[in-house]
Amino acid sequence: MLGDKIATRDSYGNALVELGKEHDNLIVLDADLAAATKTGIFKKAFPDRHIDCGIAECNMAGIAAGMSTAGYVPFMSSFAMFAAGRAFEQIRNSIGYPHLNVKIGATHAGISVGEDGATHQCNEDIALMRAIPGMTVINPCDDVEARAAVKAAFDYNGPCYLRFGRLAVPVLNDEETYHFELGKGVELRDGKDITIIATGLCVSESMEAAKLLAADGIEAQVINIHTIKPIDEEIIVAAAKKTGRIFTVEEHSIIGGLGSAVAEVLIEQSPTKMSRIGVRDTFGESGPAKDLLHKYGLDAEGIYNQIKVQL
Amino acid sequence: MNKLELQKKAVAVRKDIVTAVHSAKAGHPGGSLSAADIFTYLYFEEMHIDPANPKWEDRDRFVLSKGHTAPGLYSALAERGYFPVEQLKTLRHIGSILQGHPDMKHIPGVDMSSGSLGQGLSAAVGMALAAKMKGKNYRTYCLCGDGEIQEGQIWEAAMFAGARKLDNLLVIVDNNNLQIDGSVAEVCSPYPIADKFEAFNFHVIEINGNDFDEIHQAFEKAKATKGMPTAIIAHTVKGKGVSFMEDQVGWHGKAPNDEEYEQAMQELEKAGEALC
Repeated sequence: MLGDKIATRDSYGNALVELGKEHDNLIVLDADLAAATKTGIFKKAFPDRHIDCGIAECNMAGIAAGMSTAGYVPFMSSFAMFAAGRAFEQIRNSIGYPHLNVKIGATHAGISVGEDGATHQCNEDIALMRAIPGMTVINPCDDVEARAAVKAAFDYNGPCYLRFGRLAVPVLNDEETYHFELGKGVELRDGKDITIIATGLCVSESMEAAKLLAADGIEAQVINIHTIKPIDEEIIVAAAKKTGRIFTVEEHSIIGGLGSAVAEVLIEQSPTKMSRIGVRDTFGESGPAKDLLHKYGLDAEGIYNQIKVQL
Repeated sequence: MNKLELQKKAVAVRKDIVTAVHSAKAGHPGGSLSAADIFTYLYFEEMHIDPANPKWEDRDRFVLSKGHTAPGLYSALAERGYFPVEQLKTLRHIGSILQGHPDMKHIPGVDMSSGSLGQGLSAAVGMALAAKMKGKNYRTYCLCGDGEIQEGQIWEAAMFAGARKLDNLLVIVDNNNLQIDGSVAEVCSPYPIADKFEAFNFHVIEINGNDFDEIHQAFEKAKATKGMPTAIIAHTVKGKGVSFMEDQVGWHGKAPNDEEYEQAMQELEKAGEALC
């Protein structure tokens, strides 16, 4: 429901169950984190199609690759740190290079992991995954989008990285009218002065920031980029031409993530002044997720402040 | 095939290996030659396959986890009819499907892309598990190097295969004792290899991996083993069949020059004639 708060990792688990009912060839792999990644929901519904690989993510990636060659559609699941991070090379060489139909469901992305601290807060996964040729990278902003993204990933034939969060975030999209299209950005708010391009949980924070800016007389266009790769070049270039001032916002390092992806589009097609809001080349730390998002300037107030300073 | 036919075919595979690597001016003859008898046995005696239908759903699978010995696999595939033998001369050439390491997207008969050491066994485990879950009877074979098993992922995969009792999986370790930097024992000893696989709940068989009688007996025992995967520790000679390459670490990843190529081919020719 609109306004509810749901973590996208829950959406992942729930969507797997829904898809699992329709498709016998969907299987789920986990690495001893089923309770946290929420694949435990799938395990309860389909115990025979849930494979716990133990704490061995690299092996899990290879098993997923092998099973996909036999017609299964594996969703391999772990924290972003251990999927994109630890198993990077396995994902690149055993899944990406042969372009196998494996989905990587990575939960606990970004600093909003919270109390576990820097070792578990992956702010580099988008950079790592989008550098792999042929890899699709999706970072949904809420429950409705996350469940739709899981379905779209299943329907797509090829490797796909799905990024989910631990923190419960507001439901922005109306399920009745929502339509997910892979590779298409979504304009959530019109505005003529600046454009905020956001992804993941920063989308709802950016919408709140836009309200604060509006109170100061600044009308911000807000675009949600759920598919980081392939990125929607058209919507980015059109926004740049319309407002002439771009801000990207992500719960990820400013190096290699959404900001970089948008900059790559603009520098080649429509050079425009832009600023990247995100984790600024630093590790995270322990603390409640909300406090961390505030400290690192990724809540509505932080986004608002960083935009105001630069205007 | 009977033993003599296998021996003759193995000579042909060895000639193909030397020819392909010579043409490529790069590649890995040593470990291709040490495993040539195993490649030959797999593709001409053991595996249920159909070269006319490489993606046949019920075929046995093979994963070359030690992917750098692609010349050995490609030669067996070509001799078996997956693509023309003549094409082996395009190995590692620009535009060729015969990449330096196995590429399942483009090479008929290659069941898994591999080459980054340590990863192939996990994929093989996935294939074996898929067969169990689908109730399929196909078997999965995986060839690892004795240096390769220094990779930790091999043991992640072995632990999983043992725990899941994947008796449709056969791991072969090409134990030729040499890796790039020297003898495996000196670089970082993987020994005792058999004990390690046993500890991971494998049925382990040690054989001379260059002897078709022993290869045959071991593969038959593996098929008869239920409730656990089998690992065959195949003691082999690196560079087997080419006198100046045998047991020489320098021939791990080096192509013969024209003179060396001629000598190697003459030796293999004689070996073939001796079988007639």
